[in-house]
Amino acid sequence: MAGLYIHIPYCRQKCHYCNFYSLASRKYRELLPEALQQEMILQKDYLTGETLHTIYIGGGTPTVYPPQVIAEIILAATKQFKTDARAEINIEANPDDLLPDYLHQLRKTPVNRLSIGIQSFHDDDLHYLNRNHSAANAYQAIRNALAAGFDNLNVDLIYGIPGLTDKKWGENIKTVLDFHIPHISAYALTVEPGTALDKLINKKKLPPVEEQQAADQFVMLMEMMAAAGYEHYEISNFCKPGQYARHNTSYWQGISYLGIGPSAHAFDGRSRQWNVSNLEAWLQGIRSHKPAFEREILSPAQQLNEYVMTSLRTMWGTDLQTIQSRFGAGFRQMVLQQAASFQKQGLVFINEDIITLTQRGKLFADGIAAELFVEDSEKTLPE
Amino acid sequence: MKNIRNFCIIAHIDHGKSTLADRLLDLTHTIGERDKKEQVLDSMDLERERGITIKSHAIQMVYKTDDGVDYLFNLIDTPGHVDFSYEVSRSIAACEGALLIVDATQGIQAQTISNLYLAIDHNLEIIPVLNKMDLEAAMPEDVKDQIVDLIGCDRDDIIETSGKTGFGVERILEAIVERVPAPSGDPKAPLQALIFDSVYNSYRGIIAYFRIFNGTIRKNDFVKFVATGREYNADEIGVLCMGLQPRETMEAGDVGYIISGIKSSKEVKVGDTITHVDNPCGEMISGFENVKPMVFAGIYPVDADDYEELRNSMEKLQLNDASLTFEPESSAALGFGFRCGFLGLLHMEIVQERLDREFDMDVITTVPNVNYKAYTTKGEVIDVHNPSGMPGPNILEHVEEPMIQAHIISKSEYVGAIMNLCIDRRGELQNQVYLTSDRVEVSFMLPLAEIVFDFYDKLKSISRGYASFDYHITGYQPAKLVRLDILLNGEPVDALSTLIHHDNAYTFGRRMCEKLRELIPRQQFDVAIQAAIGAKIIARETVKALRKDVTAKCYGGDISRKRKLLEKQKKGKKRMRQVGNVEVPQSAFLAVLKLDS
Ligand SMILES: Nc1nc2c(ncn2[C@@H]2O[C@H](COP(=O)(O)OP(=O)(O)OP(=O)(O)O)[C@@H](O)[C@H]2O)c(=O)[nH]1
Ligand code: SF4
Ligand SMILES: [Mg+2]
Repeated sequence: MAGLYIHIPYCRQKCHYCNFYSLASRKYRELLPEALQQEMILQKDYLTGETLHTIYIGGGTPTVYPPQVIAEIILAATKQFKTDARAEINIEANPDDLLPDYLHQLRKTPVNRLSIGIQSFHDDDLHYLNRNHSAANAYQAIRNALAAGFDNLNVDLIYGIPGLTDKKWGENIKTVLDFHIPHISAYALTVEPGTALDKLINKKKLPPVEEQQAADQFVMLMEMMAAAGYEHYEISNFCKPGQYARHNTSYWQGISYLGIGPSAHAFDGRSRQWNVSNLEAWLQGIRSHKPAFEREILSPAQQLNEYVMTSLRTMWGTDLQTIQSRFGAGFRQMVLQQAASFQKQGLVFINEDIITLTQRGKLFADGIAAELFVEDSEKTLPE
Repeated sequence: MKNIRNFCIIAHIDHGKSTLADRLLDLTHTIGERDKKEQVLDSMDLERERGITIKSHAIQMVYKTDDGVDYLFNLIDTPGHVDFSYEVSRSIAACEGALLIVDATQGIQAQTISNLYLAIDHNLEIIPVLNKMDLEAAMPEDVKDQIVDLIGCDRDDIIETSGKTGFGVERILEAIVERVPAPSGDPKAPLQALIFDSVYNSYRGIIAYFRIFNGTIRKNDFVKFVATGREYNADEIGVLCMGLQPRETMEAGDVGYIISGIKSSKEVKVGDTITHVDNPCGEMISGFENVKPMVFAGIYPVDADDYEELRNSMEKLQLNDASLTFEPESSAALGFGFRCGFLGLLHMEIVQERLDREFDMDVITTVPNVNYKAYTTKGEVIDVHNPSGMPGPNILEHVEEPMIQAHIISKSEYVGAIMNLCIDRRGELQNQVYLTSDRVEVSFMLPLAEIVFDFYDKLKSISRGYASFDYHITGYQPAKLVRLDILLNGEPVDALSTLIHHDNAYTFGRRMCEKLRELIPRQQFDVAIQAAIGAKIIARETVKALRKDVTAKCYGGDISRKRKLLEKQKKGKKRMRQVGNVEVPQSAFLAVLKLDS
């Protein structure tokens, strides 16, 4: 079982908070699809013949390309990689592109899941974020998608935006619930260093992000989603029972994936690699048949730490038995001992060897994960 | 013996001693092309990084005169920073001459004078050298005036050089032959050798450096260290070149090393005399005084289990650094550690850094203080190295603090600012002399406690780097001291307590709380930081609780970056100490040194 991620590095306009590799220009746009296919050929052995269960076209904004081009890219992928007939094939989209005609054609491609970057149903928030769409676009995009028959839908929302009152946030949540969207990803607005948002806040041109607001709105979110019968299966992900995002979930389950396109990441169980975050350098690499990427081999402790960090965020939790069988009883003991002290503080549950976060623990997942981390002892380090 | 010359290089900090030593080594072909680098004698990583000399370094070279006569030179490069002047004094004891380097752009500075006096006290022949002549800003005539004034030499005796270009360096070599006296002493007399340094080498163990004044030593001789009374077989003796070079015999006038299976650092006392067991010398060489520490601070292992390892490391460090003193102490907040004596704050910083680099010891250093004398009602005098050692008010009669005399040399335009600084620090002007029309020397009486922290940095900044500073202890004076305690969530943290002059306590307490608020990371609850004198709270700050600590996105491209971030965070946390329920980082214990004003 494996996944394939395809990165489309273009956007019509850059959002202030964005730290993805995406360009607001059209440079090389005609060349990219062909180059992506080339890279699939160059990397076709990376997944050692495993069957693809998910294909995720992300970005950037994949919907800058017409559906026919998207279809070609997917077709190329299924040619290079054995693909399960029921594979989840997801595409990210921005509301301004989701016009009825576009959706109608997209429906004819193998794409069977649509993830829409709504972020907010209020114009002032969209303005703060420098999104390229309006609140009206947001509503319309969802209606169009449903009308076109995309019922396997995800909507992205952002909370903690200065100016997003609890009342407005409640309205945003309620709006998606009213549309019966089966899957919602909701993210706390994060000011990444070096982004436009970071600079604008530092220059006092935009109001700063308040931690207390984000904490309160996260709690609100958890309560409203639970009341609506959604599963809170990962820190930022909620779905109607069983309707998990399969591709994203595989990241938290240590499943191998290949990344295609500039800045895309790949993982094979023991090492991670990432393509250059530079379109030209990436293209050059493809042309010369020497893909430009960096690679890092994970030590046992690093593998364990990643497992803890990702699994702890999910409702399935961190399994001490998995730790024992993959990394040994010593590490299991260390993790358990730390976890026990968090249990006393009411931050985690430990139940039949499974560690999960309590409601309060979910607010402090990073600090808890860091404390559960282990270090390589000399004998576990690779030669 | 008549072809041996033993000399050291002394100067104010940064006047170019080590660079000039490079040129001397070049001209005498002492160092192979492969080993060449700038300030090659500054061999410790720390010295190379900071561009300063911390320890004296001895090296031998062979100089061939134009007439084809070979001379054996033993050179000792010394540090210029005030904290390390004891290194200078012990190097001087092994020499007959000194190169006194003066930066031609800066002229005579405070340590030029203090190091010169040390050399004169030991009757060394002084060769004045005017360095950095390649620089535009050089003022050779003015500075020569200053030098002539200071040492009363002939103007023509001053050698102009540039350590950078090599200009004039040949003349130094000639002058050493001509002017520095050959060592005297009798190779046939009973052995009398002065230990002037010792180092610890992880392969060779303890190596003592000596200078022979009388007699001859042979490999495998049975020798005795007079002061400690210990006896050893001289397993290896030799001279100090770029490495150690073994010899079969060495005699009066020679400088070298001995390896003799010395087990513990306590066995080697710098200043001790080596003699033969069978034919001992009559008396010890009058060495130099034991150095007295100026500041004291606690050093504790970050991980309490490392206490024994810390002791071992400190003992080894002491071998390379005879001026470091320590004794066990304990703290309610930090557990077991050591009270250490340092020569100054730079010395303290360097000890902490060397423990980290050379011994991989992660330590917490507590608020430094000077040594107070507490007089009790019973008539006792107690040395107080630690705020918790202060006797209770019921039996305390009064406290005295150490005073220094400070000499500050500066351009006259900065004198006003310097006086203000000294007066702010409870100083009393004693003297003011114009050295030249625009250079002034001021002398102040000051409490030592007022200068150990940031005085030197302040002085440098108000004088734009022009003022130089030297001091010595003069005695003790009664002082109105109070103990300022810091409480975290209501619990006093003994390692953060300070003894401080009453008049400064309020401002100090407030600034301490402000700084700690910056340094203590947010935790899951509010942390109250309070400063108190006795039961009275004089300042308060709060570190607000962390509301949320969770990454929003954790997908394929985020995992690696996030893991590294959290691993780093965990490492940082390991360097924190739990005090009550509060996590306090290493840096907070030294907050007092980082107060901005
Ligand atoms: N232009 C010029 N720069 C020099 C000369 N001699 C030394 N320097 C520079 O002055 C600085 C200090 O030189 P060092 O040789 O380290 O001085 P030092 O006296 O050994 O310093 P400490 O041992 O720390 O007291 C370095 O940056 C040298 O490159 C010189 O003759 N000309
Ligand atoms: S749409 Fe997404 S990728 Fe494009 S700029 Fe906005 S946040 Fe970045
Ligand atoms: Mg030097």
